[in-house]
Amino acid sequence: MSSTAQSGPNTKHATPAPQTAPLSYEPDLTADVLVVGGGPAATWAAVKAAENGASVVLADKGYCGSSGATAAAGTGVWYVPPHPEDRAAAKASREALGGHLANHHWMDRVLDQTWHNVHELAEVSRYPFPVDAEGRQLRRGLQGPEYMRRMRLRVQRAGVRVLDHSPVLELLVDEDGSVAGAAGYRRQEDRPFRVRSGAVVLATGGCAFLSRALGCNVNTGDGYLMAAEAGAAMSGMEFSNAYAIAPKFTSVTKTAYYRYATFYHADGSVLEGAGSAKGRSVIARTLLSEGTVLCRLDQADEAARRAMRLGQANFFLPFDRLGIDPFTQMFPVTLLAEGTVRGTGGIRITGDDCRTEVPGLYAAGDAATRELICGGFTGGGSHNAAWAMSSGTWAGRGASSFARTLGEYTHHRALTPLGRAGLRPSGTTRGQAGDHRLVVEAVQREVLPYDKNYLREGARLTTALESLNDIWRELRHGLAGGGETTVRARQAAAMAATGRWMYTAALARTETRGMHKRADFPALDDPGQRRRLITGGLDELWTVPESAAPVHTTVAEAAAA
Amino acid sequence: MIELVSSQRCIGCDKCVHVCPTNVFDRGADGIPVIARQDDCQTCFMCEAYCPVDALFVAPTTHPQPADAPLRDESRLAGSDLLGSYRARIGWGRGRTPGARFAVGPELPGATPATPTTTTLTATAPADSATPTPHPKGTTQ
Repeated sequence: MSSTAQSGPNTKHATPAPQTAPLSYEPDLTADVLVVGGGPAATWAAVKAAENGASVVLADKGYCGSSGATAAAGTGVWYVPPHPEDRAAAKASREALGGHLANHHWMDRVLDQTWHNVHELAEVSRYPFPVDAEGRQLRRGLQGPEYMRRMRLRVQRAGVRVLDHSPVLELLVDEDGSVAGAAGYRRQEDRPFRVRSGAVVLATGGCAFLSRALGCNVNTGDGYLMAAEAGAAMSGMEFSNAYAIAPKFTSVTKTAYYRYATFYHADGSVLEGAGSAKGRSVIARTLLSEGTVLCRLDQADEAARRAMRLGQANFFLPFDRLGIDPFTQMFPVTLLAEGTVRGTGGIRITGDDCRTEVPGLYAAGDAATRELICGGFTGGGSHNAAWAMSSGTWAGRGASSFARTLGEYTHHRALTPLGRAGLRPSGTTRGQAGDHRLVVEAVQREVLPYDKNYLREGARLTTALESLNDIWRELRHGLAGGGETTVRARQAAAMAATGRWMYTAALARTETRGMHKRADFPALDDPGQRRRLITGGLDELWTVPESAAPVHTTVAEAAAA
Repeated sequence: MIELVSSQRCIGCDKCVHVCPTNVFDRGADGIPVIARQDDCQTCFMCEAYCPVDALFVAPTTHPQPADAPLRDESRLAGSDLLGSYRARIGWGRGRTPGARFAVGPELPGATPATPTTTTLTATAPADSATPTPHPKGTTQ
């Protein structure tokens, strides 16, 4: 297995943290559970922890209710009636696409949990689902702003203390290395805050590398970095090359509607083979070679056009505001990186309650690996929405149960802060590596280009990983800040770390599986590489297969059994 | 990106300051929020959705518009009904029906249904389906 500097999966934070000057935290809170994030996974985690009797603080980098990939968009939900044949078909539909890395046990329980949670949305949050001609609610989709507005209300009614505009910067651990809280910065008050807690749920989203894909600029991999600093590993980081179609120079990524599209060269001739699903790589190649791809949604009939407006109001914002009729006029398109937001990699989960390898640390939503139900592929929505609400539910319950076992000891532990890169640099040299904007630009040059991340090939991946390793070494030495600048520096560091795990795993997977496509290994190596890859490390990276043997049965195998 | 905070319409509620996920606004000395960090705007339109008086406009482009651009011209935007158009579409505001109530997209061509369809998806849509249902009692303007 090829990987950079192997040092084994059990390399924890070996060096003791330097003691920093005492800070005046405001607020300085205690809670049974701290939830980090403010999207669907975070809000479900907070609600379920509170319902389990825990005191809960939710700290979001943005505003809980508007931030994240869901709030700004609309999403389908993997909502399948509990009929055995429906469920079997739902599970089978994506198994091959995901490269058979999903797990039946997890798919079953996500389908069950999602069914239950969507019911709660209807009954508890009174979500205004559409109804059919017979008056039955259609519960397979959620409009982002409405969904997340109601989730915020439910969080508040559950008694959760919400800290908006309060990015968490680092985890705090006790003497045993158990996660015991976190510290962050309240950007609108310009002061640090701290929460001592029995357990922490990371629901910080994936990483889209500040690509300006809709709603995703708060998703910079912060949770991955914090989890890794505590000793957790990542899984599936090679499945991190999602790119969405958007009108050029805009943010609105809604690739599904481009199924109605015909794509064209700049001269107006049809771009053969291009499409929103299988033909997206043709679009990427043409953008690289010709610079321009035009599009027109000329396959949509009148009924489809009307339904599209109702289904996704925000899809039409760029067109209406730029005076473009997308059904009759050609417009230029681009591909925006969605990284692990719509890729499936993330923090490795080691138990049904969404625990990680670190005691007291739980992960949910896009912050956690979604391979368990998707393997190596997802589009937007659907499974992602189901995973967010299900994993959030389990993480919230699991974290609150863990906190309860600590008893009175919970808030009397000596805390050690774990933040390193971008927060406590190892040296004093600043220079280029001391400017978070330059770090972000340097990382983006390695992770956004289609010919590096989307259309993958070993030599190019190796070169890009070497560059990212250089960036990491320099920022580790010299990147820091104070106040708001610390938030930016940590984001830059998290993006660099994420890119390095991505390419380490992408190099190790010497085949084409799921969304991970290698030009130099175009075939599926099955069953040889039919296992997940665990990746981790900070200064030294490592990657290992989760298990030499398949760890679960596929639909076909289960059916045959 | 956010291009306009209409001082004529703004009631100084600071909602946009609170809800912007990337903290683009600062409170203004005169009560009118200031676009303090436009480069951080991710063009997600959430501030528009939450503005109770349609005082904000987000141009759909992810780069700033030039000073004399039509997408920064308040009177033109108001005249073309673009101010507040997103909020109207999602049906937020007193007297409106939530757009979520009608949010049933088309069955996509060539799609392998991610989930089996056991009901026929024919939501009862309003007559003018492009602009979901201002309630007869009117809107907030």
